[in-house]
Amino acid sequence: MQIVTPEFGLIFWQLIIFLIVLFLLAKFAWKPILSSLKEREDSIESALRMADEAKLEMQQLKASNEKLLAEARQERDRMLHEATQMSNQLIEQAKTKATEEGGRMIVQAREAIQNEKNAALAEVKNTAAQLSIDIAERILRRELADTNSQQQLVDSYLKDVKLN
Amino acid sequence: MLLMKRLLIALFCILSLPVFANEPAATQAEATEQEAFNPGEMILHHIGDSHEWHWFSTDNDHLTTYLPIIAYQPGKGLSVFSSKHVAEGESYNGFKLEHEHLVAEDGSKVYDFSLTKNAFALLLSSIMMLVVFSIVASGYKKRRGSAPKGIQSFFEVIIVFIRDEVAKKSIGPKYERYMPYLLTVFFFIWFNNLLGLTPGAANLTGNIAVTLTLAMLTLLVTLFSSNKYYWSHIFATPGVPMWLRPIMIPVELIGVVTKPFSLMVRLFANITAGHIVILSFISLIFIFRSIYVAPVSLAFGLFINVLELLVAILQAYIFTLLTAMYIGGAVEEHHDADLQIGGGDAATPAHSHGH
Repeated sequence: MQIVTPEFGLIFWQLIIFLIVLFLLAKFAWKPILSSLKEREDSIESALRMADEAKLEMQQLKASNEKLLAEARQERDRMLHEATQMSNQLIEQAKTKATEEGGRMIVQAREAIQNEKNAALAEVKNTAAQLSIDIAERILRRELADTNSQQQLVDSYLKDVKLN
Repeated sequence: MLLMKRLLIALFCILSLPVFANEPAATQAEATEQEAFNPGEMILHHIGDSHEWHWFSTDNDHLTTYLPIIAYQPGKGLSVFSSKHVAEGESYNGFKLEHEHLVAEDGSKVYDFSLTKNAFALLLSSIMMLVVFSIVASGYKKRRGSAPKGIQSFFEVIIVFIRDEVAKKSIGPKYERYMPYLLTVFFFIWFNNLLGLTPGAANLTGNIAVTLTLAMLTLLVTLFSSNKYYWSHIFATPGVPMWLRPIMIPVELIGVVTKPFSLMVRLFANITAGHIVILSFISLIFIFRSIYVAPVSLAFGLFINVLELLVAILQAYIFTLLTAMYIGGAVEEHHDADLQIGGGDAATPAHSHGH
């Protein structure tokens, strides 16, 4: 039949025209279209990826901020605690030091008192000795007069002398 | 789609047969007395190629565009003249037309390179494609990196579909080399299918010479891009025993040719069938010689025409998809799927599990 018999002329034209169309379209249409499609898709994809990255970064930033805040809070608490501790310690130290000082001063005072007492006693002894020597001297002076009076004198002197 | 057409043709035949049977003999005789209307001839004239572009005829006049005839005779050389000179069976310069076929009066061999109706339609549609897609391409240059607009956004969807759903899926990573061919084939077939539906236009994609050329190009693209796996699959099909090779090799070799052959026949048959169905419905008016058939004819004709709009893009898609699949088969690197089918080992454990 005629319609199923391919005609030579039409095959010829079809081949030539189709190949020309294919060449022209490939060069001037498909190449720029496909390349700019690809370019656009790439740019969209990279934009989406960048948005994702930015989101992730934001989350990280937020998390690190929170972490920093928590750390600062902790630091403050720690510092407060330390300060309290230190002040307590200082008070304690001052107290101990004062007690120690007081104790030391009491001991010193005691020692001084003892020393004074000793010195006083020594002086009393010296005075007593001096007195004894004076008495002895006076007795010796009055020895010539009367033994009785000597006795009386000694007694009177002794009466005068009062050991305090 | 083809099945649907067949069903419609069958329906048409069943509906029309009883009418023909009941028609009185006198009416038929009367009809033959007047000018005989031969629907078969009319339809074949409409879907076939021609050396002139016949628009319409009135009772005593024809509006026809005469196209140039370019003939080459091996001894005499090239001769170019208008087809007006050989119209209505006249002979000119030793040529005449016999059933739209250019022959030499002396019976010598003639190579007919005429710009026939189809060749002319081919030129027009090609120019149209070039214009349309240069506009689309200029849209991409103008709006570099931004969203498409107008005609550009209409075609972008289709181009992206061909790239992602046809080329990438069927060919694989090497798809980019074949994109220009696939896109050109798709839009060429689609444009010409649609133009073929236009009243008065040529039936280009329903012409076997056109589909033959497209199928041949697909075959050539497939063969030139084939790798060693493709040929080893043909000459040493995996999983086939040695003694079966003498049978398998011819079968596989025939398969190489039948693939493009099926492409050729599918497109030709689908488009031609659609035209035949529409023309048949219109012929009904003239067969019955009654205006009352016209609404029925128009309703069915309109339905088929709308269906043909769908077939136009569907056939373009099928041709492109199959072309991509044949190319994909030729450039494929791995044959994992074949090994699973060929080797019985994979099936055996599953089978024993069943027991």
